[in-house]
Amino acid sequence: KSSVQTIGEEQIQNPYTELLVLKGHQDIVRFLVQIDDCRYEIAFQITGEKLFELHGHTHKITAIALFSSSDVSEEKNHLILTASADRTVIVWDCTSGRQVQKVSCFHSTVKCLTVLQRLDVWLSGGSDLCVWNRKLDLLCKTSHLTDAGISALVELPKNCVAAAVGRELIIFRLVASNDESEGWNVLEVKRLVDHQDNILSLVSVNDLTFVTGSHVGELIVWDALDWTKQASECNFWDSSIHPDVQPEIKLSQSPNETSVQHLTSDEECVFAAVGKGIYVYNLQMKRVIACQRTAHDSSVLHIERLPNRQLISCSEDGSVRIWELREKQQLPAEPVPTGFFSMWGFGRANKQANQAAKKMQENTPVYFLELVGDLIGHSSAVQMFLYFGELGLATCSADHLIILWKDGEHESRLRSLTLFQKLAQNGDLQLKF
Amino acid sequence: MISAPDVVAFTREEELEDELCSEPPLPEEYSVPLFPFASHGVNPWAKVASSKFTRDFILISEFSEQVGPQPLLTIPDDAKVSGTFDLNYFSLRIMSVDYQASFVGHPPGSAYPKLNFVEDSKVVLGDSKEGAFAYVHHLTLYDLEARGFVRPFCMAYISADEHKIMQQFQELSAEFSKASECLKTGNRKAFANELEKKLKDLDYTRTVLHNETEIQKKANDKGYYTTQAIEKANELASVEKSIIEHQDLLKQIRSYPYRKLKGSDFHPYEPECALDQANTGCDQDLTTSDLAEPGETQLYAHVPSYTPKLIKAKSAKCFDKKLKTLEELCDIYFFTQTLDQLHQIERTFRGDVCYLLTDQISRALLKQQRVTNFLFEDVSFLDEKPPEKQYRGCQGLSQDAVDRKCLEESSTPKVVISLGSYKSSVECVPIKMEQEIEDSQEPKMTESVTFEHQENLDYLDADIKGSISSGESIEVLGTEKSASGLTKSESQASLPVSPSPQVGRSKVGSRRTVSEDSIEVLSTCPSESLIPEDFKASYPSAINEEPYVDDEEGGLRFTPKLNPDNADEQEDISKQENLVQVDSACCIGKESPNFLEPLPDLGQKPCDEDGVVRIPPQPYRQVEPGLRGSFGGFPSHDGISGGLLPYELDSRYLTGSREVSKNSLDECSDSTSYISSAASTCSDRTPSPAHLACQAAERHKKKAGQNALRFIRQYPFAHPAIYSLLSGRTLIVLGEEEAIVKKLVTALSIFVPNCGIYAKPVKHWVTSPLHVVDFQKWKLIGLQRTVSPAGVNVLHALSRYSRYVSILDADSKTLRCPLYKGTLVSRLADHRTQIKRGSTYYMHVQSILTQLCSKAFLFTFCHHLHLPISEREPEESVVNRRMNFLKLQLGLANEDIKIVQYLAELLKLQYIQEPGQGVNPLLRFDYVPSFLYKI
Repeated sequence: KSSVQTIGEEQIQNPYTELLVLKGHQDIVRFLVQIDDCRYEIAFQITGEKLFELHGHTHKITAIALFSSSDVSEEKNHLILTASADRTVIVWDCTSGRQVQKVSCFHSTVKCLTVLQRLDVWLSGGSDLCVWNRKLDLLCKTSHLTDAGISALVELPKNCVAAAVGRELIIFRLVASNDESEGWNVLEVKRLVDHQDNILSLVSVNDLTFVTGSHVGELIVWDALDWTKQASECNFWDSSIHPDVQPEIKLSQSPNETSVQHLTSDEECVFAAVGKGIYVYNLQMKRVIACQRTAHDSSVLHIERLPNRQLISCSEDGSVRIWELREKQQLPAEPVPTGFFSMWGFGRANKQANQAAKKMQENTPVYFLELVGDLIGHSSAVQMFLYFGELGLATCSADHLIILWKDGEHESRLRSLTLFQKLAQNGDLQLKF
Repeated sequence: MISAPDVVAFTREEELEDELCSEPPLPEEYSVPLFPFASHGVNPWAKVASSKFTRDFILISEFSEQVGPQPLLTIPDDAKVSGTFDLNYFSLRIMSVDYQASFVGHPPGSAYPKLNFVEDSKVVLGDSKEGAFAYVHHLTLYDLEARGFVRPFCMAYISADEHKIMQQFQELSAEFSKASECLKTGNRKAFANELEKKLKDLDYTRTVLHNETEIQKKANDKGYYTTQAIEKANELASVEKSIIEHQDLLKQIRSYPYRKLKGSDFHPYEPECALDQANTGCDQDLTTSDLAEPGETQLYAHVPSYTPKLIKAKSAKCFDKKLKTLEELCDIYFFTQTLDQLHQIERTFRGDVCYLLTDQISRALLKQQRVTNFLFEDVSFLDEKPPEKQYRGCQGLSQDAVDRKCLEESSTPKVVISLGSYKSSVECVPIKMEQEIEDSQEPKMTESVTFEHQENLDYLDADIKGSISSGESIEVLGTEKSASGLTKSESQASLPVSPSPQVGRSKVGSRRTVSEDSIEVLSTCPSESLIPEDFKASYPSAINEEPYVDDEEGGLRFTPKLNPDNADEQEDISKQENLVQVDSACCIGKESPNFLEPLPDLGQKPCDEDGVVRIPPQPYRQVEPGLRGSFGGFPSHDGISGGLLPYELDSRYLTGSREVSKNSLDECSDSTSYISSAASTCSDRTPSPAHLACQAAERHKKKAGQNALRFIRQYPFAHPAIYSLLSGRTLIVLGEEEAIVKKLVTALSIFVPNCGIYAKPVKHWVTSPLHVVDFQKWKLIGLQRTVSPAGVNVLHALSRYSRYVSILDADSKTLRCPLYKGTLVSRLADHRTQIKRGSTYYMHVQSILTQLCSKAFLFTFCHHLHLPISEREPEESVVNRRMNFLKLQLGLANEDIKIVQYLAELLKLQYIQEPGQGVNPLLRFDYVPSFLYKI
C-alpha cells in the first residue's frame, strides 16, 4: 500500500514562511467567507484583528453565504447569511456586525444557501427550497421534497438552480410571477437520477457545464443548459487507471475512501477530492489526467485551484498541502529523510517513510501532481481555507483555530512600509541628521 | 548591557564562584600575594578603608529630649555590620549637625502654637578619623507629648567611601527624601489621630467640668462664687482654650498640602486610608462639626467612636512620661514601608561606587535606546525607573511612561498643578496668606527660585560648606532649604506681613517665607506627593465663610489678584489674631531647648570658608533640556516616540557639562516641579516590589550567566542552539528531570530576544503536548519527557511541528536544529573563553547583543534597504541592496543575516505596534533542513 508523499523540511517553493494564529472561536471553525477585498473572514482582517463576533445561533452553523449589495452607487453594504441547525437563518450586517434579521420559520435545518446576485434573491435549501428577497420576504417555496433535504445548490444559467437531494439532482427554474413585479415562482423542471449514491458535491464549471460527485466516487459532468450527462467517471479506483493497485486493496476500500468530498475546477479541469486523494479530471480529454491517490493521511476536505497552476488541499489529518500540476518530465525530488524522530523510536512513528508514492503510470497521465509544500499548524482537521493571493492563506480547523499563513518576505516589506510611514507621520525622519 | 567587562574591571559578586575556587593552585613561587582585603570581597581598586565597619549601613537616630542623641536602629540590622563602630558617638555627631530647630510652638505675638511643615535637611558629614562618611537626612516628626510637638530624627547613610557619598548625593537625597516623606506622612496621620483623641478627651473633660460648675451654681445661690467655683471656672476656661488650640493644630496638620489626586487608584495606601478616615472622623458633633463638611460628618457618623476620658487640663511634664517609639509615632504601616524603602536604599547603594556609577550610566544610556532596548533587556524595570534615577529622571523627564501619567494627571482638572492653581483648588486651601503673597507674585517667585537654584548649585561647585567645629573634616553641603535666615521667617510666619516689603525683600528672603510657611514650594520637595491623602486635606470652613476684610488686613494691600479664597485666608488669620488669650498651660509654648540653639546656624552658613576643599558631587546627570517644552504634545505611544530624540540627547551628553545640567535643572525646577512630584508619585506606587524585581533580575542575570557559561563549555553544539534562539526559532529543551531542564532554560534565556516589552518568551517547564500557538508565544521551552502514553503524545506533537523547532535533548545530549555557519555566535559563546564569572559573562553577552541590536537598528531604519528609491526600481534591486548591506556594511556572514533580519522584524513590529494593543506575536520560520548534533 502506498503511503503519503512527504516533502521534508526543505520547501523552496513554499511561500508561506510566517503564520499568525487567530484564536477566537470556541468550537470547530467550519466556514470562511471572503467579504471584500480587504476584509477576509467573518470576523478577522488580515492582521488578525477581530472585528466582530456574531452571536445568535444556538446550534452549529450549517451554511454561510455572502449577499453583496447589487446597487453600485450605494455604499457597500454586505450581508452575511448564516443558516444553522437551530432551524434559523440570520442576516448580519457586515459593516456593523449587527444582526439584521432572524428568520425562523423553517421546518428543518437549512443545509445550503445560495445567493442569486443577478436576481437579487437568495435561496435556502432544506427539506424544501425557499426563495427570498433582500428584505427577507419569502417569495415562494417548493413543496416538501424529502426529509433529508437539499444538500447542495448551484446556480445554473437561465434562472435555474440545481439542487442535490439525496442521490437525485433536481433542476428548478425561477419564473417571474405575472401578478407581481417582484414575485417569483419556483418550478421543478427535471429530476436526474444518474448517481448511485448521495451527491456530496456540486460545482459549476462554467456557463455550459456543471459537475457532481457522489459518495461512491462517481463524478458526472452535466450540460448546464439541457441537463444531459456529458461524461462520467464512475470509479476512481478502477484498476484500469491504476493497474498497480491490487484487487484486494480495492475490495477493502470503504465507501468513505471513495467519496467525492469536494470539487473545484478551472476551465480545463475538474479537481476532485476523493477520499484521501486528489484527482484531476480533464474535461476535454474526459479522463483523469493526474492523481495523487493518497495525498493526505486522511480525507481531503477542501481543495482549491490557484491561479499559478497550483492546487491547495486540506484534510482531516490537519495538514494543508500545496500541489503543482506538472507535466511528467523529471522525477520529483527525493523526499528528505527525517531520521531524527525515528531514532527516538516513539511508537507511532511517522508514516513518512522514505519511499514516497511515486506510482505514476507511464501510460495514462501525462501530468502529475507534485507536492511543493505543506503547511503544518493545525492539530485537528482543517475544514476549509481561503486563498488571498499574495496576501496569504487562511485555514480554519476543528482545533478552534484559524491560522493565517503569509509570505514572510512580503509581510516584512509591508511592515517596512508601515514603519517608514509611521516614522514620517511622527516626524522622526525630519528630526534626524 | 553597555558595560563590558573591560570597562568595569570589577563586577559585583557577593560570593566567589566555585570555578574560581576549584582552580588548581599555582606553585608557591609563582603566586602573587593576595590582596590583603580580598577576603572581604573588596576589590583592589577600593580605597583601603580604615573604617571600623565592614560595609555601608543606614543609621536612624533620634535626638531624644530625655536622653539626647541616641541610635535607634541600623539597616541592615546586624551587629556585624557596624562592627566596632561607635554608633552612639556617631549619632551624637550627626544629630548635632541638625541646623534647623524647626520652630514650633508659640511664636511671639501669635495666639496659637504653630506647626511648621519644615523641610528636611540634607547634609554630608565626614569623620576621617573614624573613616566614616555619611549622608545625613534630618527630619522632624510630630508628637503631641513632645517638647514643642517635635521629635528630631535623622537617617544617615554611612559609608567608608567618601566619594560614594559625594557622588551619589543626589540619588541618596532623593531616596531618603522619599523614605522621609513616607515616615512623615505616617507621622502626620498618627499625629492627627492623636490630636483627635486628645480633643475628645478635652471635650469630655469640658462637659464634665461644665456640669460640675452648673451643679455648683445651682447649689449655691448666694450670688458669689466660692473659690472652688472659681477654680472650676478657671479649669474650664483652660480646657476650652486647650480645645481651641488643639483644634487649630488639627486644622494645621490636616491642611498639609497634598498635591495628589483624590482618585483611589492613586493611593498606594488605600486600605490604611480608609481605616484612618474612620479613625479621624469619630466625634463629629464637637471636633469636626465646624471643621468638616456635612457630607463627611455623615460619612463618619456610623464609625465606632473613641471613648473619651477625663484628663487634666495641664499635661504632664516632659520627663515624666515615656516617649513614643518611632513605630508609634508613625503609623505602623508607614513605618514598615519606610523600613522597606531604607532596606532598598541600602541594597541599591551597596557595593563600590564605580559599579554604581557604571550601572547608572549604562542604565541611562539604555533608556535612550528606546527602539531596541526591549530586545535583550528587561525594560520593565527601566520603565519602573531605577531607584537612583528617580529624582533626576523626573527632572529630565526622560521617562515617557511616567510622563504620560503625569500628563494624565495634569489634564485632570482636580490636580494641583502649580502654585497658581492653589487658588482655585478646593482641596488645598491655603491657610496662610504668605502663600497668597507668593501667588500674586508668581512670576517673580519663579525667577527667584531659579536664581536660588543656581545659587545652590554654585555653592556646590564652590565647595563652600558649613562645618562643624570638630577638627576633622565635616562638610555640610548646601541644602536648599537651609540657605536662609531663620529669624526672618520666624517673624513672617507669625505675623501678618504686608506684601510690599516682601516684594522688595531679597529673593532669598521671600523664598524663605514660602518654605517656612505651611504651604511648601512645590519644587523643593519632589517626593512630596507620595503622601496619600489620608487626612482630609481641605477645610471647607475656610471657604464657606463670608469674605470679610479686617481693618488690620487692609494694610496688606492685596492687589486685585486676590480671590475669595484669599480673603478667607486673611479672615482666618485675623480671626486667629482676634482670639488672643491666656497663656497656655501645656507645653505648647515651650522654648526650644537651649542646647539646640546654637546649632541652627550651622546650616545657614553655606558661605563659611572651611578651608576644606571637596569635590562636589558630580553624578551623571540625565539632561534632556529639549523635552521640557514638549510634554504638551508628547506622543502617547511607546517605542521611538518623540521623547526619544537620541541625537539631541547624544549631543547633550557629549557636551555634558554641568552648566547644561544646571540650566536644565533650573528651567525645570519650578514650572515642571509638578511633574517631578507627580512622577515620583507614580513611581512610588509600588516601591518595594519593583525594587525587589530589580534585585531578582540581578540575581537571575548572574545565575543565567553562570549556567550559560557552563552550557557553552559543556556542549559543543552550543552555537547552533544559540543561533536558533537568536533567529527566532523556538528551542525546546527536552528532558526528564525538571531541574536540569530548567537550568538549561535559564542558561539559554539570556540569548532570547524579547518580542515586546513584556516578559521574555521563555517557558521553563511544560508537560503537555505543544501546539503551534506555543511556538508563536514561546521561543524557549522546557519540555518534560515521560514514558507514559501522554509522553508519546508530547513527542508526537514535537515531530509534527519539528519544522518550527530546534530540539535540545538534555538526556541524550543531542541537538536537532538547522546548520549554523556564521561567525557571530562564536564570539558570543566561545567555549575557550577566559571569562569565569557568570555576571561577567552575562555582560559580555549583553555587549555583543547590543552590537547586534545596533546592527539590527541600522538595518531596520535604512529606508532604501527596504523600499525602492524610485517607483520604477524593481524589487530585485532592493533585495540586492539589502543583501549587500547586510553582507558588506554589517559584515554578516551566512546565517548571521537571518539573526539580524529576525531582530529587525521584531523592531519593526514593536515600532509599528499601535499603542492600545499588544504585539501580535508572529511565528516566522524557514523551510530549512535540520541536522542532528551529538556530543
